[in-house]
Amino acid sequence: MRNAWIIATREYRQYFLSPVAYIVAFLILLFAGVLFVLDMYIVQQQTLAAYYAVTPPGVADIVIFPTAFLLLFAAPALTMRLLSEEHRAGTLELLLTSPLKDWELIFGKWLGSFLYLLTVYAVTLILPIVLNNFVSPGIDLGVMAAGYLGLILLTAAYLAIGTAISSFFNNQFASFFATLVVLLVLWWVISWPAGILPYNAAEFLRSLDTSTHIDSMMGGVITLDGLVYYLSLTSLGLFLGTIAIEIRRWR
Amino acid sequence: MIRATGLTKDYGSRRAIENLSFEANQGEIVGFLGPNGAGKTTTMRILTGYMPPTYGTAQVAGFDVIEESMEVRRRVGYLPETAPLYNDMTVYGYLKFMADLRHLPNAEDMADEALDMVGMSERADGYIANLSKGMRQRIGLAQALLHKPEVLILDEPTIGLDPAQVVEVRKIIREIGIQRTVLLSTHVLSEAQQLCDRVLIINRGRIVAEDSPSNLQARLVGAERATLRVKGDADGLLRSITKIKGIQTAVVRPDGVIEFQFAPGMDLRPEVARTAVKAGFDLLELGAVGMSLEEIFLELTRDSKVGK
Ligand SMILES: Nc1ncnc2c1ncn2[C@@H]1O[C@H](COP(=O)(O)OP(=O)(O)OP(=O)(O)O)[C@@H](O)[C@H]1O
Ligand SMILES: [Mg+2]
Repeated sequence: MRNAWIIATREYRQYFLSPVAYIVAFLILLFAGVLFVLDMYIVQQQTLAAYYAVTPPGVADIVIFPTAFLLLFAAPALTMRLLSEEHRAGTLELLLTSPLKDWELIFGKWLGSFLYLLTVYAVTLILPIVLNNFVSPGIDLGVMAAGYLGLILLTAAYLAIGTAISSFFNNQFASFFATLVVLLVLWWVISWPAGILPYNAAEFLRSLDTSTHIDSMMGGVITLDGLVYYLSLTSLGLFLGTIAIEIRRWR
Repeated sequence: MIRATGLTKDYGSRRAIENLSFEANQGEIVGFLGPNGAGKTTTMRILTGYMPPTYGTAQVAGFDVIEESMEVRRRVGYLPETAPLYNDMTVYGYLKFMADLRHLPNAEDMADEALDMVGMSERADGYIANLSKGMRQRIGLAQALLHKPEVLILDEPTIGLDPAQVVEVRKIIREIGIQRTVLLSTHVLSEAQQLCDRVLIINRGRIVAEDSPSNLQARLVGAERATLRVKGDADGLLRSITKIKGIQTAVVRPDGVIEFQFAPGMDLRPEVARTAVKAGFDLLELGAVGMSLEEIFLELTRDSKVGK
């Protein structure tokens, strides 16, 4: 565990030297900021909004949804080099001959990227706080917490998938595209056949869709399904990543 | 201590090393010598726990490299062939990171000490990306020395170093070799000769010879050679020398010196000298030519190729 932490802190620091990581942070904050300004405009027209029975803007619309969407691209961008680059630079040989277990390496790499995004999310918290002062009854903190929890779980799962794929590929761009494809399939493509399938099969497919669970959490509903789903996906990613390292050794 | 027994490694269907067995004891510097693709790096990767062998076993520092990999890795210092480093870290940051991974209690001091050993203290705060190749090699070595390992495995430690640094690094290795076990690989035969207590010559994944450099030289010399320099046209003398009983070959080298070979143990130099004088030549020089490690090496690696 201590080893995983050492790997994670190095990785976390490296993100602050990486242009890609800054672009990711910038885009997340830009999207959230622009939507915030638009929403503020709606708040200004609140009498009008009330008249048309439009619900006041929530955190989900400003931060959670756009970030969840950006994450489809941001997660692969942040994880692509985690292990692919170590392989290319030859430093993987150093890590794999250090007294460090394979799972500690994978877990540490994932944790570093996870902590980086948590830091970016912490900055976005400014927006709900400001919003709270503008919306008349205040924002619903419960809904906000559920939304953030959903986003954090989604992030954990995406980054674990990206970490696993990065440990399978020796080229970071291959890692990026492979991760992007997997995330797009899970977010979007997977429920396409749901319409033509019998009810049970369709429900099953929908439960595998990463967007289903975050949608309910953005609405303030935390389901056990959702928690289990994201945590399983995270564990599966970390497990497969570790397997990939083992395979490398035996090849 | 390193003990390898029957190590074999297949990459897919390609056999990289076959049935390698050897030992390296404490206080010994053992050199791996072999042409490109001989299997030196492969063997070292097995010994350092990077990958398991397909067949065979090995003990390093008293632990099994497969079953007790973590124990082995804690006790081994390894310089991989490419001296891999993190370009976006400072020299000091990198060593500190590697020291942390080894849970060294006084990581800072150990990093300082290792940097001092390889003479890189003044670049501690610089970024690794800005270092020259030789400097990178030295930082790689510092990383291997960091935790004062019982066993040091160095894959081509002096490659890319300037002559002064080569001397310096060899001195460091020799000092470490007094108390610990060192296994190093090299293409430079004079290095093996100067540095190693024992040399393993490896070719196409097999050990073709193993001995001290001087014994190897003595053992493998199939014929003795000597040179003769005379005043005047040496070609005229050649025929009479070839006629001497026991002379295997005799040639006139481009520099006018006659080089001749005879079976070991029967020194024909006095006989050759007498012949020259009798033929009316003034003798200028009579010398012995030892077989160099280079030639032994070429000889051995050629033989085992023929054997294939
Ligand atoms: N990862 C790999 N995958 C497939 N084959 C490999 C791999 N690494 C090495 N080989 C093969 O194994 C054999 C031994 O290679 P190795 O790198 O151990 O040689 P070496 O003695 O270190 O050579 P050099 O002096 O060039 O460093 C070679 O035929 C090489 O092509
Ligand atoms: Mg090699």
